[in-house]
Amino acid sequence: MLLPVTIAAPIVTSAGAQASSDTSHLRRAIVVASKPFGESYLLAEMFAQLLERAGRRVERKPGLGATEVAFRALRSGAIDVYPEYVGTGLVAILGDTVTAAMRSDPRIAFAQVATDSRTRFGVHWLPPLGFQNGYAIAVRRAVATQYHLRTLSDLAASPARLVAGFTSDFIGRNDGWPGLRDAYGLRLRDVRPLAPAVKYEAIARRAVDIIDGYATDGLLAKYDLVTLEDDRHFFPPYEAAALASAHLMRDDPGAIAALTALSGRLTETRMREWNHAIEVDGRAVPDVARAALAAAGLAADGDTSATTRLGTTPREGFWPFFVARRAETLRLAGEHMRLVLIALCLAILVAVPLALAVVSQPRTAEAVLQALGVVQTIPGLALLAFMIPFLGIGTLPAIVALWGYALLPIARSTIAGLRIADPDALAAVDAMGATPRQALLWVRLPLAAPIVLSGIRTAAVLTVGTATLAAFIGGGGLGEPIVTGLGLADMRLVLSGAIPAAVLAIAVDALLALVERAVVPRHLRAR
Amino acid sequence: MPPGLSATGVTHRYGSVTALDDVSVTIPAGTLLALVGESGSGKTSLLRCFNRMVEPAVGVIHVDGTDVRAIDAVSLRRRTGYVPQAGGLLPHWTIARNVALVPRLTGGVDADAAATAALERCGLPASRFGARFPHELSGGQRQRAALARALAASQEVLLLDESFSALDAISRHELLDVFLTLRREVAFTAVLVTHDLGEAAQLADTIAVMRAGRIEQHGTLAALRDAPATPYVAALLHRAQAAAQVLSSS
Repeated sequence: MLLPVTIAAPIVTSAGAQASSDTSHLRRAIVVASKPFGESYLLAEMFAQLLERAGRRVERKPGLGATEVAFRALRSGAIDVYPEYVGTGLVAILGDTVTAAMRSDPRIAFAQVATDSRTRFGVHWLPPLGFQNGYAIAVRRAVATQYHLRTLSDLAASPARLVAGFTSDFIGRNDGWPGLRDAYGLRLRDVRPLAPAVKYEAIARRAVDIIDGYATDGLLAKYDLVTLEDDRHFFPPYEAAALASAHLMRDDPGAIAALTALSGRLTETRMREWNHAIEVDGRAVPDVARAALAAAGLAADGDTSATTRLGTTPREGFWPFFVARRAETLRLAGEHMRLVLIALCLAILVAVPLALAVVSQPRTAEAVLQALGVVQTIPGLALLAFMIPFLGIGTLPAIVALWGYALLPIARSTIAGLRIADPDALAAVDAMGATPRQALLWVRLPLAAPIVLSGIRTAAVLTVGTATLAAFIGGGGLGEPIVTGLGLADMRLVLSGAIPAAVLAIAVDALLALVERAVVPRHLRAR
Repeated sequence: MPPGLSATGVTHRYGSVTALDDVSVTIPAGTLLALVGESGSGKTSLLRCFNRMVEPAVGVIHVDGTDVRAIDAVSLRRRTGYVPQAGGLLPHWTIARNVALVPRLTGGVDADAAATAALERCGLPASRFGARFPHELSGGQRQRAALARALAASQEVLLLDESFSALDAISRHELLDVFLTLRREVAFTAVLVTHDLGEAAQLADTIAVMRAGRIEQHGTLAALRDAPATPYVAALLHRAQAAAQVLSSS
């Protein structure tokens, strides 16, 4: 029901490297996902195009929240394939220790990660794509000159005056800052967490001196940054490869073969160019993917566009971009409101009766509110990641998460509203022989209505904002351009999601203010 | 003929606090008993026994000779008018709708007509006041509406819980007049809780002085005055008389 159902796929015969396209409609779509940064989008799009050329139906789920979200989704079968890096697999997913042998020989590292992932999680690494994209610790050229920095050992020897802006991913993982600091004995004045989208801007504007990048980032060149050499080989090899789900491996050898065609065909130099085309020139990912496949000798038959070089038209400004996207924005806004409305209605249906059930027992009511408060404190992305094994990815877990967040404000306001309802009036109807149900419908709810509604209003605005998180697990909505824009360091995309989301929040608030005015009892309005 | 009421050996505790301590009292049909005493003396608890808002742990309450435990609480309450101190009108309902509450609950009769008649009897013409909200009325008018509500379904028992206490002197006087007129026109048995012995003297047939959950003395005003049973009753009467004398001499 919740997890994608593996439909008994028509048996692909042993010949099956090329499944005949006339049976492909019987097969469920292959879900290709990526993590939210430029290169991951590009590789995923290349996978998708290769699969489509092999006659497969493809569903794209780009920009899944983080490694944890993408990997859980793959394990649970909610997605079928996404691009991953060997080092990330070793350290962040498997929690393995990286041996000296692995550091010096990427093949040993790959063999280890492939074996462990298969035996422990049943997922499969396809042969590496041919390039490494390890962490690159980068400084501004002026800083490198001033402190004579060429290697990370040089950085360790320099005075502790520099400020780093690292992504929270890097700060948190063992193959990131904690391990690096210990391995080199690094001392910095300060380490600040930065979102991937803003770290290049931050270093360019001298807000920080050091950032963590990826070796193939297109932006390293744009901002004239110097990458410090990992002279002690702290970072494990970060060869990129396709990570495939158990059932894709089992059920569709043709698709696996199509993906494997890309193995060993990509180089670091070319990847840096393609990433640059996306991150700096603002080229569309599908176009770049097509060109990259062609350059890798995998041009589609009769695909002339693939051989044409990517143009260098400059990025258009925000407004033309925004106007050109308006149909897409409207569609996403519709999706967004659908998520919000469903989650909010379900929250009302649960929170109001729940509040009614517990309002007369103060201790239980307090316990319920505290429990709902705990839900509130779980960070959105974490909550979404927890739910993947049960609910997969997409709309459903997004709605469940939004529902969970909306419960507290509604329940709390309902309890508060019911408590303050005129006790004399309540006692009177009780003493005059109203049944509890009549007392509820005639007195308690109408008197509580304004406060209940203000809670619903709070929840609605909150939900419109939080719903942007849905995009991290493929739930759609206005978060989609935000997540993609953050991943591609494209502020225009971020704004084309963020501005409509803010407008929606304001509109929802205003609409509910009108509703509030309509339901507030006349005796309160007249004053 | 309205019902008579009685309490026999009634004891009730809230946790460790004894609110009613072996209370027995009889209220003949059509009479008004005033329960007088200080806060916490148990007057309101006793009043609330008669519509089962309080279910005493020990003792029996009879309404019209029937143990109230044998009567469904909701139907008992619909037959028993109740006027709390602050009126307890529903703030979001019009006066007409408020007064029609019990007739509507019981169905049967035409609720609106019953409400209109009750309002007229209490000196609030429905044509002028029916469509107003409680907050658009003065305190005295609100208590009249509450009184109308308590009688709109022809209730024959009326429980008045400090119903006249929270008003200014003039409004209170007018309301007492309305109430006295009502008593002549409509037959009901009533229990009135009040701090004010003067009010009790004016309205009640008999007075029960309560203290610490017990009835110190129960009788007519004359009986209390002539032979106070305890020093407390004597002191209570003395204070009330002194206050009345100050007023009349000044």
